[in-house]
Amino acid sequence: MKAKIIVMPKRTVLDPQGKTVKHALESMGFTGIKDVRIGKFMDIELEGGNKAELQKKIDEACHKLLSNPVIEEYSFEIE
Amino acid sequence: MKFGVIQFPGSNCDQDAYHALAGILHQPTRYIWHKDVALGDVDCVVVPGGFSYGDYLRTGAIARFAPAMKTVIAHAKAGGLVLGICNGFQILCEAHLLPGALIRNRGLKFICDQIHVRVETVDSPFTNAGKKGQVLRIPIAHGEGSYFAESQVIEQLQREDRILVRYCDKEGKVTDAANPNGSLDNIAGICNETRNVFGLMPHPERASEKLLGSDDGRVVFESILQSSRATHHETASVG
Repeated sequence: MKAKIIVMPKRTVLDPQGKTVKHALESMGFTGIKDVRIGKFMDIELEGGNKAELQKKIDEACHKLLSNPVIEEYSFEIE
Repeated sequence: MKFGVIQFPGSNCDQDAYHALAGILHQPTRYIWHKDVALGDVDCVVVPGGFSYGDYLRTGAIARFAPAMKTVIAHAKAGGLVLGICNGFQILCEAHLLPGALIRNRGLKFICDQIHVRVETVDSPFTNAGKKGQVLRIPIAHGEGSYFAESQVIEQLQREDRILVRYCDKEGKVTDAANPNGSLDNIAGICNETRNVFGLMPHPERASEKLLGSDDGRVVFESILQSSRATHHETASVG
């Protein structure tokens, strides 16, 4: 089993990396871009177990360590 | 006044802090290893700058869970003084001892430079030896120093006079041009509600003797010593 976690900067937080990448894409002729935001993808391999319990654990891990709720939001899937 | 300087794997301003406290201010100072759970009889804990745990995940995110930090949190909750410099400030935010977070500089570059900050209030154990409006020339060295918090948190910090230092130009004007990293409201350092925990991005320990170009940073350490004398005096007069 695997947990696939995405952590993104909140909309209210300035993302200078995303802005710079947007400019770079535009300067190479890539048009039609509204916005670029850059986050993190984490892949956690699990030993397995009860899915509901794992959901709870991963949610806690995301909240306490893997993301900082002041500046980031997260989503995840367990499969 | 007894000082303790925390050492994490990746701390690199621990010796600068030790030198400022023990060598320049002649205070009893010792290192506290990140695995130590006891602080001993330390009055003020310094969480130094550096790249604790390689800045993995987020700056300060892993250090916050080090055994020593549990004790630092307890020390802070009991009213003990805690000073977080640079990475130390990032760690104190991650540990929820201070609100907000430090994010990537708006220019994306790591900045190593001499900047100016203005003392915004002398109502704290970290600035009481200074003057309101005093301009300090202190170095910064960081890639993630842009202070961010939700607008209601910023308003609360303003209302409660908890912004101790702001980035300014050398005349003391707080302008956007003088803001090196995009920090909201030019915030360079804040304290907690009970005013015993202070975090700042600039390095006062690197500006504590003329030999290094500026001793403006001494005001932070001299304030701590002054507040400790005041507390002792208070205790003595009550007793």
